[in-house]
Amino acid sequence: MTDEPVTSRRAFLAGTAAAGAGLAASAAGAQTPDPLITEVQEWASVFGDPVDATPYGMPIEFESHVVRRNVEWLTESTASSINFTPIHALEGTITPQGCAFERHHSGAISLSKQDYRLMINGLVERPLVFTFDDLLRFPRQITTAFCECAANGGMEWGGAQLEGCQFTQGMIHNMEYTGVMLRDLQAEAGVKPEGKWIYVEGADASSNGRSIPLEKALDDVMVAFFANGEALRKEHGYPVRLVVPGWEGNMWVKWLRRIAVYDQAVESREETSKYTDLMPDGRARKWTWVMDAKSVITSPSPQAPIRHGKGPLVITGLAWSGHGKITRVDVSVDGGNTWTPARLTGDVKSKALTRFHHDMVWDGSEMFIMSRAVDETGYVQPTKQALREIRGLNNVYHNNGIQVWWVRADGEVENVEIA
Amino acid sequence: MSKSPEFPTILAVTGWATAATVAAFVFASTGQKAAEPAPVVKPAETAAAPAPEPAPAPAPAPEPAAAVAEAEPAPAAPTAEPAAAATPVSLADITPLGLGRPALPEEIEAWDVAVLPDGTGLPVGSGDVETGNEVFGEKCAACHGDFAEGIDSWPVLAGGAGSLTDPRPVKTIGSYWPYLSTVFDYVHRSMPFGEAQTLSVDETYAITAFLLYSNGIVEDDFVLSNENFTSIVMPNAEGFYVDDRPVTEYPLFSGEPCMENCRTAAPQVTKRAVDLNVTPLDPDGKPAGTLPVITLAATGTATDPATPEAAPATETATAPEATAEPAPVELAEATPAPAEPVAEPVATGDAGDAALIAEGEKVFRKCASCHKVGEGAKNGVGPVLNGIVGAPMARVEGFAYSASLADMGAKGGVWDAAALQAFLENPKGYVKGTKMSFAGLKKPEERDAVIAYLGTLKGP
Repeated sequence: MTDEPVTSRRAFLAGTAAAGAGLAASAAGAQTPDPLITEVQEWASVFGDPVDATPYGMPIEFESHVVRRNVEWLTESTASSINFTPIHALEGTITPQGCAFERHHSGAISLSKQDYRLMINGLVERPLVFTFDDLLRFPRQITTAFCECAANGGMEWGGAQLEGCQFTQGMIHNMEYTGVMLRDLQAEAGVKPEGKWIYVEGADASSNGRSIPLEKALDDVMVAFFANGEALRKEHGYPVRLVVPGWEGNMWVKWLRRIAVYDQAVESREETSKYTDLMPDGRARKWTWVMDAKSVITSPSPQAPIRHGKGPLVITGLAWSGHGKITRVDVSVDGGNTWTPARLTGDVKSKALTRFHHDMVWDGSEMFIMSRAVDETGYVQPTKQALREIRGLNNVYHNNGIQVWWVRADGEVENVEIA
Repeated sequence: MSKSPEFPTILAVTGWATAATVAAFVFASTGQKAAEPAPVVKPAETAAAPAPEPAPAPAPAPEPAAAVAEAEPAPAAPTAEPAAAATPVSLADITPLGLGRPALPEEIEAWDVAVLPDGTGLPVGSGDVETGNEVFGEKCAACHGDFAEGIDSWPVLAGGAGSLTDPRPVKTIGSYWPYLSTVFDYVHRSMPFGEAQTLSVDETYAITAFLLYSNGIVEDDFVLSNENFTSIVMPNAEGFYVDDRPVTEYPLFSGEPCMENCRTAAPQVTKRAVDLNVTPLDPDGKPAGTLPVITLAATGTATDPATPEAAPATETATAPEATAEPAPVELAEATPAPAEPVAEPVATGDAGDAALIAEGEKVFRKCASCHKVGEGAKNGVGPVLNGIVGAPMARVEGFAYSASLADMGAKGGVWDAAALQAFLENPKGYVKGTKMSFAGLKKPEERDAVIAYLGTLKGP
């Protein structure tokens, strides 16, 4: 048996010691040899799985907690609902498709490449229909982009509500897409001079549709069919979805079936009754498409408490901006009194998730930890309270306020607000 | 618990949404950038190459939204004549490849059902309030209520006038929606939920007329048609304005932020999520998905307590409860679908049954918005259906059945295969006065499949 830094864990282990289970050696040094080292383990003696045991692999069973999660009470029907990316358990910047949050309005449909059709009509010179095969013949581009639901953090608007960044900031994912630029498709059909907007809609039963100004549509909007190197997963719009970098996730229409050009916005349900921001005077902002700069510490966090005790501690998190690149992320461990720039680790890409790390030595006392993103326009992520002072309490969408985690002396972490 | 009808209407938990006293962070240098208007011009790079990389947004990259703050019509307009270097992507720079084929008029008619505020796309037809009341009662009221008041947490469609500044605003068609075209467009293309695109044009006019009536906008003898449609002005038509964050927020949030001595007092906790206790939990009471304890290095202990299949029998004290009973929340998850749920029905029959059951599970999606099944299922708009095959009619406790179905149950009626076939084929024909608004499954193979699937659901 070795020393165990968190002595309260000993109780759990009392029954297993006889079975040869040992504790990991701590920095304090081992007093007895670790049987994981001194005894020949099964895996070191016999075969593991052969090739082809899983022709398409799933994560190992030890990672089975890394899954999307739903908050049941949010919605009446899971066919029109949302779940959350386990960002507390992920690292780097790319979100695996299998655990990237889902938002459906009438469920995820199975639409084959053979049955796929894309129509471009409206104020165009030549209304056209494309097959999936047609799309493969256009020049391909690659782009990495975050997709964030406009309501990410919406439950936190009135106060701290859910325990864990999976639930408070997990309506986000970040993938590397391959597809064709919408402008290249549009060039086939042309646009009449009076055309100012496109309207995009999906093939599912909700046919979720949104209006996008032509200028944005022809700038960086992609019609994507690969994500993270493989075909889009069903729940992400297989075989074709729209990628609208920097803009709210509802516009990233899945199972894209139609692009129509108009001289005005369609003013669909999703851009009037939903995804509009009710302000204190009873009026509402509309066309609030851009997702402003935001960040969150993903570990430590309520679902990722500190279990190793005091000493070296890695604080890490994600930052992003719909306006471009993240230039800086500041971290505070004292409730915002002192801020230190964190390391931006890896490549910083425009309108994509950026990973930050802040390495410190924890003295074991309680902390209020926070992160604050700055983007290339000079925009500084505000506090929730600063946003409320402008938008009141009924705003719901586009909450990019600073998240505060309360790290207790025992390493457990809570979602709180502070004054 | 406050359920939200259709995400993300939100999410209010009562009481605590009081004006918090959280101190705003002090920006060390204030206002330096505040006077700068949001630039309207697109940066130069896009025009440089015909096919630039997708998203190389250069330095200060204002979105089109920035341009719209003052001008009403559209983001596209303001940049029509920008400086030469800032020309947005022009289709003229792209040589068409000649791909795709012409869309036929019939195809466009089938797919292009969008209706715009100015009436663009509105099909010829009409419908009156009274007919709308009937159709709504039959096809919509199961979720939205007879008076569009919303059942449980399904969307409230009527009322809420004057509530938009309240702490709990009621955003309905009458109180919030700015355009009538949105109602017609949405009902016609997306409703009824789970049976989209089954309403005729005239039914859609009628429902739209009824919703206007429910909101006190028209009288009960009103007839809505493509002729008078655009004359209707919605009460909240003037209630929206274009995103003004570039003017009202960005300057405030663009100063160089404070780095040291930013607080005047030590932080005090004002809100704690634990006080609300609305987070999904793992069986051990921790927030769902809490990372496993890997400092317990014993073989096999480093697994998620919430995951039954990951816990070998020789487990430590952290796992047993978890193995016995996974948290209900797990059922609702889109997990990578471990063997269990699928394996059970399959094991009970031959391959043919398995295929039929699987098909039935798919068909059941039409039912699932109202009927819940599986462990922990609760009555919704319709009763829980666990163990329904062979069960007495109207047996589920706590569900308010129609008088007619309650009567059939009292007379000893049983949901055997024949009864289910008849009911599912024509619900209102088999049970006169049933509350179930579902039109029925007309295809025998769908009924066979769904009954086979229902047969796999164990009773309460």
